[in-house]
Amino acid sequence: MGTIKITTPLTDETIEQLHAGDNVLITGTIYVGRDAAHKRMVAALDAGQELPFDPRGQIIYYMGPSPARPGRPIGAAGPTTSYRMDPYAPRLLEVGLKGMIGKGNRSMPVREAMQKYKAVYFAAIGGAAALIANSIKEAEVIAYPELGAEALRRLRVEDFPAVVVNDIYGNDAYEMGKAQYREEG
Amino acid sequence: MREVQVETITNEVARLCIEACYYLGDDVLAALKKARASEPSPVGQAVLDQILRNAEIASQGELPLCQDTGLTVVFLELGQEVHIVGGNLYDAIQEGVRKGYKEGYLRKSVVDKPFSARINTKDNTPAVIHTEIVPGDRVKITVAPKGGGSENMSYLKMFSPAAGRQGIIDWVVECVDKSGANPCPPIIVGVGIGGTIDQTTLIAKKALLRPVGQPHPDPEVAELEAEILERVNKLGIGPQGLGGRTTALAVHVETFPCHIASMPAAVNIQCHSARHKEVVI
Ligand code: SF4
Repeated sequence: MGTIKITTPLTDETIEQLHAGDNVLITGTIYVGRDAAHKRMVAALDAGQELPFDPRGQIIYYMGPSPARPGRPIGAAGPTTSYRMDPYAPRLLEVGLKGMIGKGNRSMPVREAMQKYKAVYFAAIGGAAALIANSIKEAEVIAYPELGAEALRRLRVEDFPAVVVNDIYGNDAYEMGKAQYREEG
Repeated sequence: MREVQVETITNEVARLCIEACYYLGDDVLAALKKARASEPSPVGQAVLDQILRNAEIASQGELPLCQDTGLTVVFLELGQEVHIVGGNLYDAIQEGVRKGYKEGYLRKSVVDKPFSARINTKDNTPAVIHTEIVPGDRVKITVAPKGGGSENMSYLKMFSPAAGRQGIIDWVVECVDKSGANPCPPIIVGVGIGGTIDQTTLIAKKALLRPVGQPHPDPEVAELEAEILERVNKLGIGPQGLGGRTTALAVHVETFPCHIASMPAAVNIQCHSARHKEVVI
């Protein structure tokens, strides 16, 4: 199994070479937001306001870290379940977001929006939060600090491990993996 | 009567919160290693390796196993010959949670006003406390932080008794199938059968406290567990839902007598970050 190294921001060229099931190591800047931050971002867009960061080419990681110990950029930092962000995701893809990292299935509207706007969905390993934290080199809260663990953050990551779940060709790694190992009866 | 100070309770609860979130039980580790040895899917193997590596990193005491350190569920077995002194027992437990989540750098994941403002209580209280009065002069405390991702994959069904054993099996398998990757497989499936709606969900959750893979003492129930496990692991979901044969590490079933007209059943799914620690005072 090969591993593809990618850097952010994501270009169309990078996205075109990614296929469902590929292992990737992500390096660069990524953004972090979960339920409450998504609600606020979409409310901002609806009100005609700017987002706290320029989403074009960027990746959002669905995550709410545990508190950082002194001397560490962040605490444990594994993915949260993505379906809760499904109602908001298409709106962010529309304004140029190119990647999402989480865990679990996406809805059909999100998958269709990914194909339409050329974006990918990655899964990080849920519960491998201490391991993932070691790939995060810097973290800073950039908006909504009052949301605590749910604040919007910017991270600098090096070789952040993830798997491509949904590519721009309509494939889904969950469906493919399950079909391969499913036995009837 | 034997006296137990509330201060002791607070300190022990705090310690258990921290230990549960940093040190995965030996039973869970052994089950994960066994699964790694038998998992045919290369992606599945890689995921299991990373989960085992994660447990190793967490055990160094700097980073918890998972960022979701859960809503704290406390099972309290209170000996009827124990006299709690120095304050209110439940307050002492909540104080222990407060202390443990602060000192252990654990995430505070509890909100009040659940259907409206959803305001974080900032100290992970209140814990959910289940109390049982038992004979003797000891206090047993089990702290089981439960993550939202796997708790959200919970199911309850009021079966007609005619559905029988097969009805239960098919339904549990269907519950696991539709949960897919959401509860962070490999999972442990807690199943309650019988009782009332409150009782069946409680025993489904209690089933998760049993050492992973230890069969139920009643052979009939143990056989049911084995059959459901086999079916579940044929679903193909695999580690993290990316395909494989290890969807569940174990299925634990608990039963309780029920009304002649009923057969309630509940499924409570536990992720691989199966955290619980206990103490007897
Ligand atoms: S389901 Fe468990 S392992 Fe997964 S994110 Fe939640 S607490 Fe962590």
